[in-house]
Amino acid sequence: MRRAGTGWRAAMLGLTVGLAAGLGAGLRPAAAETVIADLSKRLVAITTGFAGTDVLLFGAVEGKGEVVVVVKGPVGRLAVRRKARVAGIWINRKTMEFSNVPSFYSVSASAPLDKVVPKALARRAGIGARFLNVVLARRRGRGRASCSRALDADLAGKTTATLRRIAPFCEALIRNKRRSGLYLQGARVRFLPGRKLFRTTIRFPANVPVGTYSVLVYVVRGGQIVGSQTHPLRIDKTGVEAEVFDFAHRHAAFYGLIAVAIAAFAGWGAGQIFRRN
Amino acid sequence: MQIYLPIAEMSVDVFLLLGLGGAVGFLSGLFGVGGGFLMTPLLIFIGVPPPVAVGTEANQIVASSVSGMIAHWRRQGVDFKMGAVLLCGGLVGSTAGVFLFNYLRQVGQIDLVISLAYVFFLGTVGLLMLLESVRSAVRRKGGKRRKLHHHTWVHGLPFKMRFRRSKLYISALLPFAVGMAVGVLAAIMGVGGGFLMVPAMIYLIGMPTSVVIGTSLFQITFVTAYTTFLQATNNHTVDVFLALLLLLGGVIGAQIGSRAGSRLRGEELRGLLALMVLAVCGKLLFDLIATPDDLFSLAASRLGGHR
Repeated sequence: MRRAGTGWRAAMLGLTVGLAAGLGAGLRPAAAETVIADLSKRLVAITTGFAGTDVLLFGAVEGKGEVVVVVKGPVGRLAVRRKARVAGIWINRKTMEFSNVPSFYSVSASAPLDKVVPKALARRAGIGARFLNVVLARRRGRGRASCSRALDADLAGKTTATLRRIAPFCEALIRNKRRSGLYLQGARVRFLPGRKLFRTTIRFPANVPVGTYSVLVYVVRGGQIVGSQTHPLRIDKTGVEAEVFDFAHRHAAFYGLIAVAIAAFAGWGAGQIFRRN
Repeated sequence: MQIYLPIAEMSVDVFLLLGLGGAVGFLSGLFGVGGGFLMTPLLIFIGVPPPVAVGTEANQIVASSVSGMIAHWRRQGVDFKMGAVLLCGGLVGSTAGVFLFNYLRQVGQIDLVISLAYVFFLGTVGLLMLLESVRSAVRRKGGKRRKLHHHTWVHGLPFKMRFRRSKLYISALLPFAVGMAVGVLAAIMGVGGGFLMVPAMIYLIGMPTSVVIGTSLFQITFVTAYTTFLQATNNHTVDVFLALLLLLGGVIGAQIGSRAGSRLRGEELRGLLALMVLAVCGKLLFDLIATPDDLFSLAASRLGGHR
């Protein structure tokens, strides 16, 4: 496993100097507290030996407040299936399709998350897996049935039949994503003495989906977001793997022929080598 | 040492795959069977998505059946005319199978159908083999020979053809139907289908045993090649990296296995194989019946998901 971490001190030093210079020069935005952060890499390459990787996030914050880091994978549709027992065997009986589902989601904070982000803020800003704006796909009629509403305990008694129906599927979506390590509580954000500089490690598992991620850094004070910054992060297959995957999808017929040719040649070759045994 | 499989989209230990290929290759060399019916479930057990296991296994079988077919060809053990008829049926069956596969995947029942097909065929074949080997071990060498030629309704079918090497004059519909059934299984189960075709050729078509194995390998080579192509173009489920690693272990394992096989008695071998087939069947059946840890599972949307 490759680790980020070497050289972050140097980067941090550069950042501090830059931040100080920036603030000194009066470049500070008018409304918000300033938070500046950066990642140890902008591109995570999935290569032959890929077994997960760490990306270091470091930054500095001006003023008081706790830091919350949200890492969100590309969104898409996902089907959730429920098994039922039919004639003694378990088979998929009910399927619900959800859209706007992040393929990966992690949250970390500089203090216990429920203390830093109260429920009202989580709901409003969509922070935390249970507050994601995941919606039931292809729903006809008015209104969108979202998981964040279906899972909101405060709405109990006021929910619609649809929300009650999708709630177990929403729970299952989050539970299954957690089990496969794709929805997680990230490593804690750590402040350096002085509470200006902070760092955290974003850990991506071996099965991390490819795509463009967003890394959102929030400064939260008194239950309000007082500053934020977003960074894109690209996760891509590179090298032979990427080429094989691309080729298999773009030139499927040619890929199929090559696969057959390789196998036929290998079989013929093996026959030749072991002919006289 | 981990390797990332580009189509299966997972990291697997290289030595695990080489070992799996070697072990299944050893068994297929030992028992003279294709090994697809063992490899596909094993791949699923280690976490390869079932569709990728099936597509990739078809590709691997191309390799093992090519070398087998060439060996039998040299010994005049291939009835090409019979093989061609079986193959025509096989191509039709495999085309239907791949489209059925795609449909079942969309409605979310492919894993179930793969498991059920395995439980049914492994259970039946395993039991029959076990009974047969026990019976022949008990009977020793005595016993009556069966009649060489039966006349049944099968011989009344139209489109009669003469198959010289098999010394048969029968309806072409019969081998066509056998080939077709095997083609469907090749696409859905990721097997060559020899375990089903060989008994059908002997008992149903009535071919002489000397050409049965070579002719079935001829059919399997081309049907699995065609299936690989269809799976690659329709379902994108053929992983060449995975196939190559399995192949490498498989080739070596098969050579060691066939040497070890010559030192064991026939009915003992078949008894052992039967027990193994039943063990795999039992595990698959258990997974179907046992209450899953989580009744819910996630799947790619059929409306097009990530990427």
